[in-house]
Amino acid sequence: MFTLIAELSRWAIPMILLIVPVVAVLRGVKVYETFVDGAEAGFTTAIKTIPYLVAMLVAISIFRASGAMEVLVTNLSPLLNLVGLPAEVLPHAIMRPLSGGAALGIASDIIKTYGPDSFLGRLASTMQGSCDTTFYVLTLYFGSVGIKRYRYSIISGLVADLTTLAASVFIVRAVF
Amino acid sequence: MTQLRHAHRFHILYYLSTPLHRVAVDNLIAGVVAVVNYVWLGMIVFGIIVAAVNGNIEVVTMAALEGANNAVKISISLIAIITFWLGIMKLAEEAGLVRALAWLVRPIMRFLFPSVPKDHPAMGAMVMNLSANILGLGNAATPMGLIAMRELQTLNQGRDTASDAMCTFLALNTSCITLIPTTIIGIRLLYGSTDPTDIVGPTIMATAFSMAVAILVDRMLRLYYAGRRW
Repeated sequence: MFTLIAELSRWAIPMILLIVPVVAVLRGVKVYETFVDGAEAGFTTAIKTIPYLVAMLVAISIFRASGAMEVLVTNLSPLLNLVGLPAEVLPHAIMRPLSGGAALGIASDIIKTYGPDSFLGRLASTMQGSCDTTFYVLTLYFGSVGIKRYRYSIISGLVADLTTLAASVFIVRAVF
Repeated sequence: MTQLRHAHRFHILYYLSTPLHRVAVDNLIAGVVAVVNYVWLGMIVFGIIVAAVNGNIEVVTMAALEGANNAVKISISLIAIITFWLGIMKLAEEAGLVRALAWLVRPIMRFLFPSVPKDHPAMGAMVMNLSANILGLGNAATPMGLIAMRELQTLNQGRDTASDAMCTFLALNTSCITLIPTTIIGIRLLYGSTDPTDIVGPTIMATAFSMAVAILVDRMLRLYYAGRRW
């Protein structure tokens, strides 16, 4: 099972890089032009993340350098250890459903501080990759058609987020 | 949108005309949206207080500048992977791979959305949105999702209460399987990971699991809420 996951990681991207252009050529797509056409938006997309990242990294950098992070981790560790969640990723877990940019800032900080190949680095990477900004999506989608009563959507959204969080912790512990 | 909700929420008529449990849910949503602001402010204020108590207030300035500096570095380094991936994704779109994926999942869609006629435009838009989500095409997913919501709203006869299909659609949308988490791979690369993509497998597994749970929870809640006015 876990070697399967590792193999999946190794093969996923090379396979996509093989299948996509080959199928495109067979379907008569001008591959080079189309690639360039799509890639054009890359610069602006990346640059647009700057304000979110600056806001979040300034806050978390102050939080960490001042020793406040240590205070939080020391005080919450015993409680969070009960559910197997390292206290270092708590700010990320709180931010993830609310704001993608803010969560990305926190995840980058964890990766930089503990190293991308550490347990915490991999956990933050998986959490960032697998959760979604549930509240943003609900507000945007329902708001766009004038739905005011969300019924049970919030509950299923939050249950899904908590499941992803638990699954990330469990799988990262098991695989690495 | 959020602002509109807030104005609505503080109006006296809203409290007089709305059942209490709905007021509670609306307050919960507004509260959660406000959490971003409080977490952000809290980290800065608490950080400065701890620094002052520890007698090393000067680290605050350095940390703020260093944080801003890192943020710009990260964004710049993301240009590479995002540009590359957007190119590949455009190819996938033009090659008809998104459509192919959509065609493959039609039977599943019929099971998930029994209230939507199988040839209704809502079905197509939802499939395209979910396929784009799976492939990590965030930019393409959102417009498709909004079109799907508009179509679902025609089936909902323009009411302001979410339909069963809408709830299922959003549950799937927020818990969707992710094949390639592009951005985070870029950041792992930036900080010298020996294998930046080794989190792809765990991400697929975690999202597949949460999607299954979301479908299950949605079904249970749909039964539980069936027959209620909202």
